[in-house]
Amino acid sequence: MSGYVLTDSWTMTRRELAHWARQPVQVVVGLVFPVMLLLMFGYLIGGGRGVEGAYVDFLIPGMLALTMAFGLEATMLAVTQDLNKGVIDRFRSMPMASSAVLVGRSFADMLQSALGLLVMIGVGHAIGWRWNGGFGALLGAVGLLLLLRFAMLWAGIHLAMVAGKPELVQAVQILVWPVGFLSNAFATPESMPGWLGAAVEWNPISATATTVRDLAGIPDVATGSWAAEHAALLAVAWPLVLVAVFFPLAVSRFRRLGR
Amino acid sequence: MTDAIVVEGVRKRYGDKSALDGLDLTVARGTVHGVLGPNGAGKTTAVRVMATLLRHDEGVVRVAGHDVRTQAGEVRRRIGLLGQHAAVDEELGGRQNLEMFGRLYHLGARRAGTRADELLERFDLADTGRKAVKLYSGGMRRRLDLAASLITEPEVLFLDEPTTGLDPRGRAEVWASVRSLVGAGTTVLLTTQYLEEADQLADRISVVDAGRVIAEGTADELKAKTGGDRIDVVLRDADRLALVASLLPGEATVDTDRRMVSAPVSDRMAALTETVRALEAAGVEAEDLSIRRPTLDEVFLHLTKEHAA
Ligand SMILES: Nc1ncnc2c1ncn2[C@@H]1O[C@H](COP(=O)(O)OP(=O)(O)OP(=O)(O)O)[C@@H](O)[C@H]1O
Ligand SMILES: [Mg+2]
Repeated sequence: MSGYVLTDSWTMTRRELAHWARQPVQVVVGLVFPVMLLLMFGYLIGGGRGVEGAYVDFLIPGMLALTMAFGLEATMLAVTQDLNKGVIDRFRSMPMASSAVLVGRSFADMLQSALGLLVMIGVGHAIGWRWNGGFGALLGAVGLLLLLRFAMLWAGIHLAMVAGKPELVQAVQILVWPVGFLSNAFATPESMPGWLGAAVEWNPISATATTVRDLAGIPDVATGSWAAEHAALLAVAWPLVLVAVFFPLAVSRFRRLGR
Repeated sequence: MTDAIVVEGVRKRYGDKSALDGLDLTVARGTVHGVLGPNGAGKTTAVRVMATLLRHDEGVVRVAGHDVRTQAGEVRRRIGLLGQHAAVDEELGGRQNLEMFGRLYHLGARRAGTRADELLERFDLADTGRKAVKLYSGGMRRRLDLAASLITEPEVLFLDEPTTGLDPRGRAEVWASVRSLVGAGTTVLLTTQYLEEADQLADRISVVDAGRVIAEGTADELKAKTGGDRIDVVLRDADRLALVASLLPGEATVDTDRRMVSAPVSDRMAALTETVRALEAAGVEAEDLSIRRPTLDEVFLHLTKEHAA
């Protein structure tokens, strides 16, 4: 059966694409919302605390990382809604690869995120975001951002299955926000109290944001702490660790649904 | 030839509540087996265990020659499932659903498409186009669900209350489909609360109550279990019902609405002549008099009452 993982996952991805085709408005809203946040933080809130130079140059990499991390919410919601549908019983009674339902979801969400990232980068460019790095660095940055999304996606799938019901998902969603804002997306760790700054530097979102800023060739204020100095390493390691933990947990939990 | 379904001593608990409490079932290949039981008897739980959706705590379940626990993949290749609730993607259209399931059965893209069209045609859904399933009528949805469970012409088909919520026409359509499937050699296990449905479709019937089989046999055998034939006397005058009830042998039941008294009898002919004589002697006028086999309803009530006692 395992020989069909990719075929079956692709079929499940197509299912999600078919859902999009039937609800184009929802898809557009999903793409526009992060752009709205970006513009709000960029124009309304203006200069971040402790930031030198153009705030957009600092803000946009942070917003991109944050958007990738917050994808966890969308994934969780979609998975819980899906698992409570009758069609899951049919999938589970068929000789398909049992991981395909989840892997298909992850492909679809990655496609959506890649699209969202393109739109945000486009809008960022339009409002004056400078990219001083090369094209290769840009690809690297996009890769890192999608890697973060992929990790948060599997965390989301697993948490969704643990929570089970859409009501419990809301509880988890509320927790996502402080974790998201306890990062260097909007302000530098130096502008925060010492202990908080240290925690913020270890946040996976911060690691990705800092690395994307580096790749953009925007001088970031370095604190000289280990986490800040090795942001690039953390930006790769964090997502890999998260995937290594949550992917097997999620798949085995799906297999054990009937127990 | 081995049996299509073998269930031995299966138990399934939810917390401290037993949903299945030592269930036994044997279904021969190519037959229709009815599982009859009241709400909460454990019918759905049993079907979910047999269809590999739910893991049982104790006992053995073999479907199409394979153990549902250790060879779930083999079982899934050979079964079709029509669950109690619709198991199709409500956001998508009928053809999209069937094509998707066909691909997941690994028919390949082209074959999945032609199979979807065949089934839509067969279940009278060919003109639904792209309409989302959530906009279908209950009968259409049930037919699509049934079509989805037949994509690979399964060896064993599970139908969990297939006609609940359907109007008489929808019911007749599902019955016709089941009959034609059986003609083609599929083994069908069907749960129902409609005794008439089991009577119409099933070769053998297991009556289930509280997670256990309390009686098993053909419809005729089950009817014989409740004490054989009954006599029905319909009167012109409802006032005389109680009197007639006392005249008849055995424990008579009175149906005031239909002005009918009904009682079990042992010897058909003797009972008929004795009743006519007794009615004449009492000066009661009967509108109708008949001897008949008990209905499955009576059997069912009798058995579940006996089991509860
Ligand atoms: N997930 C569950 N958690 C707890 N109890 C359950 C669960 N599923 C079923 N039960 C209990 O197990 C028993 C059997 O339920 P089941 O659904 O199998 O009955 P059924 O014969 O299909 O009933 P119905 O005719 O109403 O469909 C019931 O008492 C039910 O309350
Ligand atoms: Mg049921």
